[in-house]
Amino acid sequence: MAETASVAERRRSFGARFWRAPGARWPALIILAVCLAALAGPALWHESATAQGNLVTMQNRPPSAAHPFGTDEASRDVFARVLLGARVSLSVAALSVLISITIGTLYGLVAGYAGGRVDSALMRLIDAMLSIPRVLLLLAVLALWYPVPVTGLILLLGLTGWFGVSRLVRAEVRVARNRDFISAARALGASHARIMLRHLLPNVLAPVIIAATLGVGNVIVLEAGLSYLGIGVQQPLPSWGSIFLDGSASMATAWWVALFPGLAIVITVLAFNVLGDSLRDLLDPRQVDRQGAPALERPRRKHGPRARA
Amino acid sequence: MPEPLLHVENLRTYFYTPSGVARSVDGVSFDIGAGETVGVVGESGCGKSVTALSILRLIRPPGRVEPGSQILFRGRDLATLSEKEMRDVRGAQIAMVFQEPMSALNPVFTVGDQVAEVVRIHGSGSRKDAWNRAVEMLETVGIPAAGERAHEYPHQLSGGMRQRIVIAMALVMNPALVVADEPTTALDVTIQAQILELLGGLQKKFGTSILMITHDLGVVAESVSRVIVMYGGEVVEQADVRDLFAHAHHPYTEGLLRAMPHMGQQRERLATIPGTVPPATSWPEGCRFHDRCPYAWERCVREHPPLYQIGVNHVSRCHLAEEPERRVPHEIAAAAGAPV
Repeated sequence: MAETASVAERRRSFGARFWRAPGARWPALIILAVCLAALAGPALWHESATAQGNLVTMQNRPPSAAHPFGTDEASRDVFARVLLGARVSLSVAALSVLISITIGTLYGLVAGYAGGRVDSALMRLIDAMLSIPRVLLLLAVLALWYPVPVTGLILLLGLTGWFGVSRLVRAEVRVARNRDFISAARALGASHARIMLRHLLPNVLAPVIIAATLGVGNVIVLEAGLSYLGIGVQQPLPSWGSIFLDGSASMATAWWVALFPGLAIVITVLAFNVLGDSLRDLLDPRQVDRQGAPALERPRRKHGPRARA
Repeated sequence: MPEPLLHVENLRTYFYTPSGVARSVDGVSFDIGAGETVGVVGESGCGKSVTALSILRLIRPPGRVEPGSQILFRGRDLATLSEKEMRDVRGAQIAMVFQEPMSALNPVFTVGDQVAEVVRIHGSGSRKDAWNRAVEMLETVGIPAAGERAHEYPHQLSGGMRQRIVIAMALVMNPALVVADEPTTALDVTIQAQILELLGGLQKKFGTSILMITHDLGVVAESVSRVIVMYGGEVVEQADVRDLFAHAHHPYTEGLLRAMPHMGQQRERLATIPGTVPPATSWPEGCRFHDRCPYAWERCVREHPPLYQIGVNHVSRCHLAEEPERRVPHEIAAAAGAPV
């Protein structure tokens, strides 16, 4: 009964809805698996990702039981490199998205809540920043800053990725701030900071979570691209993009070196994108009916008329 | 006479819109005594809510409270306080109850959290103390099983329950004055009566003063001791509630009373006041009500009436105070051949 549902039941109901949503479960499982592999993989797998094997006998060996993804030009185990590359690629993406989401959310909150001239000024600045192509900006900066350390790469990706988020948050705040509970909070003595962080932020969090999920996929691709160009993550540290670069020259003879990091990128990015889309469906308040029961909790389509037809 | 709790003097709140200056509140003065309930009535757009928001200094640009307006609360001019000082007044000394209990509650927090938040803004106690205080307050406003209900979200409660929560938020710091902006408008009639009863009971219990803003004279009759009638951003009549219902003086008040259904009324069409409230950017010259008034004559078009004292605690902004023989509706006067 919705009337007496406790907090715990509500929380569980989101978990249950998430689990039952067809597009949310498998990407979540894939992402979980990739994260586990990134965290534990390099420690569990016996081969080193950076140590070179015998350069004569072990160079560009095809996949085998000892080297499931084969070896590369430098006789390194590609499986170990892909595992370590997962750690590098995912942490670069996650940390830079964390930076851009934080900046973008705060910026959007302030602009949307302040309104008027402050809002106009802040948003014109965003318009200007968005008119600079992100990839070209990154290429220019990375060309000057070579070789870039991983922390530098994270910062650059984070600092160039928040403009869209701030626009998104600002638009949500513009709507939310005119709702009565904001006036009510003001009338009861809440400060501007409290209203922004406690009352507005949770009400605009859904699009932020979606943007973050999609953002991670986006940044994985971007970082892979930069690393493929040789200006991203530097040797001997592997990222999926840089392993792909190692294998791209010998694609015809040693296809495995490029194929496996490429697959890792495609599968992981696809999982993040599908998860982002599913979250959009699950978190969209417009799909929640008056009792608070989300549209997805209605009878599942599988048993509905469409399946029978 | 003791100093009133709230003394509003020549309050003017203007909005600087692209289509001109909207003089939404234009020279309003009134007092509220300690423990008193004062009603403000009038149609939509006559400045009731803006008056309420001005008292709490919640007017946002392009609106502003004009210099020269005085809002003395316990002898302190609220207009001169800093934003920080004002925050300490809001919620703790003057609180507000909003019209729509659904939208006045934050959908993402439990109702207990929201009442406790007010305590935490103004008090220094722990989270736990604030929560206990909130649950206690929920009991006081008649929420059954308050301890469990406090964990629920606004959408899980009925409209009447939600309004009780909003009232709990307003009263939890035991403020001296509660501004209630149409607190019963969004509710069913039976729930309306319960909420009014609750407010009346709480007022007796805590000695709170209430400024009750409403367009419903029924609410006024039931719950207030003194009535301020507003029209065109001005006070047009002010009287004790019995006096007002028995001897309404201003033609606008007359019209409002006539537009109210009565028990036992035979199948008779309810009277209406012709026309609508003009926009606040262009109040008519002279008396602001003259274009809708059944008695208006040329003096009303020419001369803006002052507030005439017409009885004990009874004022009216109508020239009829000086020329009572003019109280003859136009159509009757025309039939009798008298000049309009």
